[in-house]
Amino acid sequence: MADLTTEFVGIKSPNPFWLASAPPTDKEYNVRRAFEAGWGGVVWKTLGEAGPPIVNVNGPRYGVVYGADRRVLGINNIELITDRPLEVNLREIKAVKRDYPDRAMVVSLMVPCEEEAWKAILPLVEETGADGVELNFGCPHGMSERGMGSAVGQVPDYIEMVTRWCKQNTRMPVIVKLTPNITDIRYPARAAKAGGADAVSLINTVNSITSVNLDAMCPEPMIDGKGTHGGYCGPAVKPMALNMVAEIARDPETAGLPISGIGGVTTWRDAAEFLALGAGNVQVCTAAMTYGFKVVQEMAAGLSNWMDEKGYASVGAVSGRAVPNVTDWQHLNLNYVTKARIDQDSCIKCGRCYAACEDTSHQAIAMSPDRVFTVIDAECVACNLCIDVCPVEDCITMERLAAGAIDPRTGQVVPAEHGDWTTHPNNPGALKAAE
Amino acid sequence: MTNSPRTPGIAPARLPQEAYARNFADVEPPFDAHEAMVAADRCYFCHDAPCITACPTAIDIPLFIRQIQTGQPEGAAKTIFDQNILGGMCARVCPTEVLCEEACVREMAEGKPVEIGRLQRYATDTLMARGIHPYERAESTGKRIAVVGAGPAGLACAHRLAMRGHDVVLMDAREKAGGLNEYGIAAYKTVDDFAEAEVNWLLQIGGIELRTGQRLGRELSLEALEAEFDAVFLGLGLAGVNALRSEGEEHHHVRDAVDFIAGLRQAGDLSTIAVGRDVVVIGGGMTAVDAAVQSKLLGAENVTIVYRRGQDRMSASTHEQDHAASKGVRIVTGAAPVRIVGGDHLEAVEFAYTEEGPEGLKPTGETFRIKADQVFKAIGQRLEGAPEDIHIEGGKIAVTGPGRTTRPGVWAGGDCATGGDDLTVTAVAEGRDAAEDIHATLTGAATLAAE
Repeated sequence: MADLTTEFVGIKSPNPFWLASAPPTDKEYNVRRAFEAGWGGVVWKTLGEAGPPIVNVNGPRYGVVYGADRRVLGINNIELITDRPLEVNLREIKAVKRDYPDRAMVVSLMVPCEEEAWKAILPLVEETGADGVELNFGCPHGMSERGMGSAVGQVPDYIEMVTRWCKQNTRMPVIVKLTPNITDIRYPARAAKAGGADAVSLINTVNSITSVNLDAMCPEPMIDGKGTHGGYCGPAVKPMALNMVAEIARDPETAGLPISGIGGVTTWRDAAEFLALGAGNVQVCTAAMTYGFKVVQEMAAGLSNWMDEKGYASVGAVSGRAVPNVTDWQHLNLNYVTKARIDQDSCIKCGRCYAACEDTSHQAIAMSPDRVFTVIDAECVACNLCIDVCPVEDCITMERLAAGAIDPRTGQVVPAEHGDWTTHPNNPGALKAAE
Repeated sequence: MTNSPRTPGIAPARLPQEAYARNFADVEPPFDAHEAMVAADRCYFCHDAPCITACPTAIDIPLFIRQIQTGQPEGAAKTIFDQNILGGMCARVCPTEVLCEEACVREMAEGKPVEIGRLQRYATDTLMARGIHPYERAESTGKRIAVVGAGPAGLACAHRLAMRGHDVVLMDAREKAGGLNEYGIAAYKTVDDFAEAEVNWLLQIGGIELRTGQRLGRELSLEALEAEFDAVFLGLGLAGVNALRSEGEEHHHVRDAVDFIAGLRQAGDLSTIAVGRDVVVIGGGMTAVDAAVQSKLLGAENVTIVYRRGQDRMSASTHEQDHAASKGVRIVTGAAPVRIVGGDHLEAVEFAYTEEGPEGLKPTGETFRIKADQVFKAIGQRLEGAPEDIHIEGGKIAVTGPGRTTRPGVWAGGDCATGGDDLTVTAVAEGRDAAEDIHATLTGAATLAAE
């Protein structure tokens, strides 16, 4: 059995699956249920400063995007940080941590962008026995209008400043949660590192409108005839999250900075992908909100089975394993030439590859009157669209042309050596071979 | 209740009253909206889709399914009706398992096709339930056309002609329009008087005058119609029933299956229909299955279908045969009736085993008897009452192209005409195409197109 225990910025947990700071971690009752179900840790729903708590809307606070059969692909929310009194949350955090000492207990925080506010709350959290704090610089709705959440996360200088305040005022590890609602995730990550962050966690939710009610002419979720943008999460945001995690992992300035991967983790495979791209653990919300806390059991069992199959002894052995293979476009091998191949035995003759190629690509698939589909090598640029739209797995595959073969499309011999854009003759800035 | 399935002879009310409603309920209940969404989502939206090719009316199936998927069942219905105005009935009675659903690539991929028939029913039912008739008539052409026979072919022809701006007189020998939809299909396939409702919905287009009780060769003559109208379409169906050519065939408890089914369809109270304790149905087609299954559902104790050739030659689809078997009907193949045994009360049918030889079907010499107090003949129908001076080929009105008979100005389609299978959907296609040809001929569009 692979060892799933993880140590992330010094915080131990029996597995790398944490519940993200979100509605499921707002109360003692929920968190106890989560730990009973097997979650390795939680990031407690964001606490605000002492005093009268914030209020939430009393109409719907979630919007949804469905796939087939009402499968939840994405949820957005307009819920704010915890609307329960600070002292109640602190008391509950302490009680739960006392009863589950082996689980990770991280507390998410969001207070005004003033040093005094952070100075005030950090000792209160420390007193609960929590393992660490996560700075919520991510929420794109509501709190950002008040100068918090993503309003901080969108300004690297603020990130660095607040992170530094926190590091100066607590012994606990500080994780900085980043918003994806920026143009280049590396800048906020560098700022967090500069401020002394122990780790970054990402992504927070994506600013979004999930749908429009066409009768009321109003965005959903609709509150008395009005709607607002909310934070989008779930399987739909995973590709953006993976890229941002990878960008931070391979950026020379932030390489080695621990990353907690968040964004649409629904199965063990999603988790493995985040780990491979450099995450040290993952945080989950939408999958739990959709299916309940029990989903962690599939995630943990699946990850463990896969690690056994592949011979990875620990989560650490997986973490970052794919990072060296994430590169810039300019370094991709242009001498790697492939052609699509259609397996006639598994083809079900739907013709989707033909329609896609003929209408939107390179006219590289021929269709016979009896619906036999074949690739025209002289036209195929190996774009992969036929494979993407084929409903049958492995019916269409890409076959590499051997070095020395002639590519029927270009008439050129396939070179054996690597050749990329940096040295390509069409590149005005190509590096000239030493003369 | 005095009778039971074991009551000897031919008797009504073999079942408790409530059993009839249950037995004759919708054989395949309609999809609800969510089921339709899930089923629609399985469609791959194939390029040049095989299901369209397999549909005799060439409905754009992937398009209508996508319209269901995007929450527009009424739009989906319009896509269906554009090609097949009786899309509602076809959704119920088409042997989809040998047409669109057999061609579905998911049938090839996983043996489970997209449920096209049920999706079609969902779409067409949704639109019809709203009482919408989505077609308007073109400006009047001033032409008048006689459509003889208000079955599927005649209805499709009449509707398309009316849509093109012609005035149509639609005539039928029976009391009601609908043809086999009204009189010839098992009740559980078309519950709640759907056939009648569909005709009324179709006639909403206007410009179609329905005259019932008008039979060619009795109230009507082709010459008179030709003199009065600009064109004539014959959708006569097959009114005659083939004979068994067996000894004792004239016994009063040997009936035509089509008459039995028609009587059942028109009965208000099914418990009044008398049925035998031991019923034998002779034939291998859809009519044989419909008669046998309904006999069973009326409370017959033993029902047997006997077909003279092998099972693979039965024209009833595997799906239909399985349905019959699931209702407890026994199917015996490779046996032909020799004689009907019995006096006033029928006792049995004697059959001879057969074998296929080079000279055709031959009795093996071995015979057996099946106990029977009622026998239904379902060995095919034939053309009856066709006008003279029109060329007949293989027992049907000879047509070329879109239903042109050898007589100028006279078109024909549906079961009475050559070409195509004897299916509702084929009849609709033929009626529709004949209407377009009549329209083109009367308005000169054909000449233009040919030039």
